[in-house]
Amino acid sequence: MDRILRAEQISKSYSDKQVLDEISFTLNRGELVSLLGVSGVGKTTLFNILSGISIPDGGNVFINRAEEGAPEEWTQITGVPGELSYMLQKDLLLPHKTILNNVILPLRLKGIKTKEAEEKAEALFAKFGLKGTEKKYPSQLSGGMKQRAALLRTYLCGNKVVLLDEPFSALDTITRSSMQEWFLEVSEELKLSTVFITHDIDEAILISDRVYLLTGTPGKITKEIEITNPKPRNQAFTMTEDFIGYKKEIRKSLFVDQVAFS
Amino acid sequence: MKKSRGWKEKFIPIIAILAFLLIWQMVCFFHWVPGYMLPSPVDVVKALVNDFPLLMHHAGVTLLEALLGLVIGVLLGFVTAAIMDAFPVVKSALNPILVLTQTIPPVAIAPLLILWFSYGITPKIILVVLVSFFPMAVGLLEGFQSVDPDMLKLLKSMNANRWQIFWEVKFPAALGTFFAGLRIAVSYSVVGAVIAEWLGGFIGLGVYMTRVKKSLSYDKMFAVIFLVSALSLLLMELVKVLQHAVMPWEYKKEK
Ligand SMILES: Nc1ncnc2c1ncn2[C@@H]1O[C@H](COP(=O)(O)OP(=O)(O)OP(=O)(O)O)[C@@H](O)[C@H]1O
Ligand SMILES: [Mg+2]
Repeated sequence: MDRILRAEQISKSYSDKQVLDEISFTLNRGELVSLLGVSGVGKTTLFNILSGISIPDGGNVFINRAEEGAPEEWTQITGVPGELSYMLQKDLLLPHKTILNNVILPLRLKGIKTKEAEEKAEALFAKFGLKGTEKKYPSQLSGGMKQRAALLRTYLCGNKVVLLDEPFSALDTITRSSMQEWFLEVSEELKLSTVFITHDIDEAILISDRVYLLTGTPGKITKEIEITNPKPRNQAFTMTEDFIGYKKEIRKSLFVDQVAFS
Repeated sequence: MKKSRGWKEKFIPIIAILAFLLIWQMVCFFHWVPGYMLPSPVDVVKALVNDFPLLMHHAGVTLLEALLGLVIGVLLGFVTAAIMDAFPVVKSALNPILVLTQTIPPVAIAPLLILWFSYGITPKIILVVLVSFFPMAVGLLEGFQSVDPDMLKLLKSMNANRWQIFWEVKFPAALGTFFAGLRIAVSYSVVGAVIAEWLGGFIGLGVYMTRVKKSLSYDKMFAVIFLVSALSLLLMELVKVLQHAVMPWEYKKEK
């Protein structure tokens, strides 16, 4: 198995309150793994640690720098920002920049010439369903389009692993469904390795290769479920017996923990 | 719908001003107030036209002082706000001092400045710097600190340095409050320059004011008052035009 990211026994407290308790998980190359948990369980806290902008009280994050198929070369990146492409829970597009200038920001921060960055980004606008929005400002775009722009910006960060914090949760059901299908296609095409946060069980089952359940206070990984159905999947998958089976299994685990902690 | 409301919004104040001028003209025409105390609008316009070259000569100097002082005040305000934003210690140290300086009326420091720097252009510029500095520093600092903390997290996750964060995020975020502060600073700067001239000098609209006051030329006094407020309004309008040009995203909200 070609692993690309490893979190080992990550713990974190704020003042007296422990939020994360020894979280460990792995992400394989080209895989989409979801972290599923209720609001406040510590999902965003974990992402802030993985992305290096927050330092854990204990534990480490490692990335495999080797190319595909080569022997693994693990580097510790705990507290080192700029190693993973991180999309935060809001779109956070800069209101004063056009969409094109927003998405090329990570390239420009690295010192890449604007012209070159623009060429690189413009080639991807169609793939991200953003054709024609290049010169618009974020306030002129719908919620779904803003999320697409934020995703493109995240992709242009150019790192091996993408962290997405509830990218579709603010969208209406119909937009969300089409975004999920679109994202499944794009992530296959671009061979993304993604860690995906969600509190939506259906979403987790639909898009993931594996789902980790994060439950309790402090948050712990209490279960790992592999979704073996072939990809790409579409909304029809949500009507199948397999899907409902996974859903039952997840609900049971979440519900048991809810009772245990209430 | 929207268009007609905009049309009304523009014309109602104009009609109100015209009505005011008309009533004023009537008050003078029927001698309800003695003519030597309250000149009529027509008299004021006449005084303005007759003294126009002289007024422009003085206004040029006043404007020069106001603009020079404004530029220095804006630059100082910018540097101060940037330092206060970058170093919280400096911010908590400077904040009370800044507020305190604002309780001192400009009229009170102007004579001091004249004593220290004599009757030339220097004390006027310094006074303008003092009055324009504060709204700029406060406006910019507020803008720098208005940035969403999550935006700063995002930039950090992209490994941006402080300098990049400042120019890409903080500075643009402060433009709105910068222009709000600039509009205030502009009107303060004209008034500040006039006050400083009024209290001692050889040239400028403030000096002109003291001269026409001594000769009890009420019409000329009114004329110069109108000129000063017209200059302030004009500069404020210029700031608005500048803001439109610099912040196009603010005016493209609709889809
Ligand atoms: N900077 C902080 N200081 C103190 N407590 C914090 C801080 N950040 C988060 N917390 C607390 O940590 C807990 C986990 O927060 P976190 O944002 O990680 O949850 P989450 O799982 O992402 O929730 P949601 O689904 O609502 O986004 C919450 O109880 C929150 O109040
Ligand atoms: Mg969260």
